[in-house]
Amino acid sequence: MEQVIDIVLLAFMVVVALAMIHLRNLFAVVMLSGIFSLLSAALFVVMDAVDVAFTEAAVGAGISTVLMLGTLALTAREESPRPRRHALLPLAVVTVTGAALIYGTLDMPHFGDPDAPIHQHVAPRYIVDSPREVGPPNMVTSVLASYRGYDTLGETTVIFTAGMGVMVLLGGLRSRRRKRRDPASPGSDTGETRP
Amino acid sequence: MRTHSVLRTSTKLLMPPIMLFALYVQFHGDYGPGGGFQAGVIFAVAFILFTLIFGPARARRVAPEWVTTPMCALGVLLYAGVGVATMLLGGTYLDYNMLAHDPHHGQHLGILLVELGVGLTVWAVMVTIFLTFVERHAQREAAADPDAEEDGHA
Amino acid sequence: MLETVLGLYNYWIVIVLMMAGFYTVIARGNLAKKVIGLNIFQTSVFLMYITMGAVEGGTAPIVGAGTTLYSNPLPSVLILTAIVVGVATTALGLALAVRIRESFGTLEEDEVLALEHRMDGEA
Repeated sequence: MEQVIDIVLLAFMVVVALAMIHLRNLFAVVMLSGIFSLLSAALFVVMDAVDVAFTEAAVGAGISTVLMLGTLALTAREESPRPRRHALLPLAVVTVTGAALIYGTLDMPHFGDPDAPIHQHVAPRYIVDSPREVGPPNMVTSVLASYRGYDTLGETTVIFTAGMGVMVLLGGLRSRRRKRRDPASPGSDTGETRP
Repeated sequence: MRTHSVLRTSTKLLMPPIMLFALYVQFHGDYGPGGGFQAGVIFAVAFILFTLIFGPARARRVAPEWVTTPMCALGVLLYAGVGVATMLLGGTYLDYNMLAHDPHHGQHLGILLVELGVGLTVWAVMVTIFLTFVERHAQREAAADPDAEEDGHA
Repeated sequence: MLETVLGLYNYWIVIVLMMAGFYTVIARGNLAKKVIGLNIFQTSVFLMYITMGAVEGGTAPIVGAGTTLYSNPLPSVLILTAIVVGVATTALGLALAVRIRESFGTLEEDEVLALEHRMDGEA
């Protein structure tokens, strides 16, 4: 049963992804990307990664979609309908890369195989010892905050840096405008001049 | 949005449960799915919903810049500070066992503080990013109007 | 044969999605669309990690009475942080797109490049 849900959801995701490539109305693409995230969140639940599903549903389907809509409001709603000049070359690159990757999967351990190498190294330590060594019943929390605390500190710093980057790029329009407005000449309607 | 009383009322009704749920996710992350990352995002969603309905000016009164910007850094500092504290207490960096006499309690306290730091940063950054985008839009619209008038005079 | 197909189906779909994102990035000129393409690519990587972590008959890695077989918690941890970092970096990319649009008046890559060339010529 799980396998059937898995197959159907993945098939849906391919359909949605192809529709996203095809459409030129960026609003529709953003809505489809929300659906895409929600489908992947459902898949994460099927594959027992509940924490990830939770995050993806909140971030991917919620915040990303809102941010992209915000961007569209500030930029253009349509992709320009120009002829696909070099459509063949990218298609060839993508096909060759995809074929190589699929060839690479042929000797991968099968889906759900408990003897796969990934389950042999550190995972048993986390699963068997983390309730004793760390405590919380949720192993994901133990690994995230305790065993791999450095990792998470780094990730938090990346988020902080990205937030600062957005502020530097988009904030401060108001103060710069006011400065420019004081001398007699008014700025352009975006308030920006080229450097 | 001043006339959409259904949207305004339902937003006001929805905000407290969303924030409460975020707090539950934050502090129940040890026992069930959840943690700082998810809680921060959900808490930010409450503010984003508020901004969508009531506009950036009123949202900035709820989450002013002098609160959100330092919060971005405060979360990271709290996280890094826990590491420094464990070093001062004689352990290695981020070795939570040092935080209490019993290693289990130490781990529990350490994880709680660290997740709180993560939640703070994620919340503040998400609110900052969203409000920056929205304010850019609002300022540009405000800036576009007087220019149009001046063009008319010329 | 059927076993192989079912066992590797997830990876193959992941690769198809990955290539769909890759194609959007290299073949489309619109910068916002490129960011969306990167997002598709990113989600496919998430799916690949979680696929590797799943265990047949296992349950979510939260200790509960009566369960002994858990899925691997490590991919969950890596991907959960990657999702939030992903949205933060996506926001940065979108902010850059907004600034490019403000400076050049367009989001199409070739138009931006043409304007750049003209500016270089003037300078």
